[in-house]
Amino acid sequence: MGSARDIVEECGVARFVFTDFPLGNPCGKPWDAGMQHSIVGTALDLLEKAWIPRTTVQAPFRWGNDEWRLAFMRVDDSNREALARAGEERRRLQAEAKKGDK
Amino acid sequence: MNQRRAYRSYVSYIDRSREYYAAQGYSQPYTWACHDDAPFTPLKKPLSECRVGLVTTAGKMDAGAERQGRRKSRDLYAMAANPAPTRMFTADLFWDKVATHTDDVESFLPLKRLAEYASGGRIGSVSARFYGVPTEYSQGKTSLRDAPKILDWCREDGLDAILLSAL
Repeated sequence: MGSARDIVEECGVARFVFTDFPLGNPCGKPWDAGMQHSIVGTALDLLEKAWIPRTTVQAPFRWGNDEWRLAFMRVDDSNREALARAGEERRRLQAEAKKGDK
Repeated sequence: MNQRRAYRSYVSYIDRSREYYAAQGYSQPYTWACHDDAPFTPLKKPLSECRVGLVTTAGKMDAGAERQGRRKSRDLYAMAANPAPTRMFTADLFWDKVATHTDDVESFLPLKRLAEYASGGRIGSVSARFYGVPTEYSQGKTSLRDAPKILDWCREDGLDAILLSAL
């Protein structure tokens, strides 16, 4: 069960229940026991009914809005400079930590 | 409603993460696992007689790790499935922390939901333990060290099938 369809399908698994949600809740929305029950049920159905590897079934649920699709790991003119600075800072801290280990 | 789109609807995390880290100045993109062949084993008995387990990529709750925002250890673990844990450590994993949360463990580690299917007779039983596999950027460690250990535990616990839920 997962929400990163391209990563799982490139890797290749026997059976895959894809839920098209933001990463974090591949088995259903938080506190929605009915939806979670349904997604786990689909996984059990697939255990029983799939006959070849790489069988993907998509759960029939929508998150409710599509804003997360563009927002996650977004790179555009509004944050390009900040991301470049953050990368530099991260490499500086990593290099310092490495020095400290020696 | 029918719509037309110039791009696929679902997010490509391979494309997105490559562009995101390139924007941070990382010149070598992460290379994802890609196999020509995928394994497949049909169930050997009716699902209603199968013992089914769960594997998660979430970590055990640990106060020290929670404070630091990172896991103390990347060791595999096996934990009692009943009672199901009410919290798991997910802060170090790369899920969408703006759009959602992981406060409901059942949204990524559905032990109670699986138990419902055992009570109803859809599956034979739920494994007494579930298994945790840390996100490991070494594909060699995942396939040569972690996967065989998980398989050992599955055999010890008499499992017929296992579901992996990736955060």
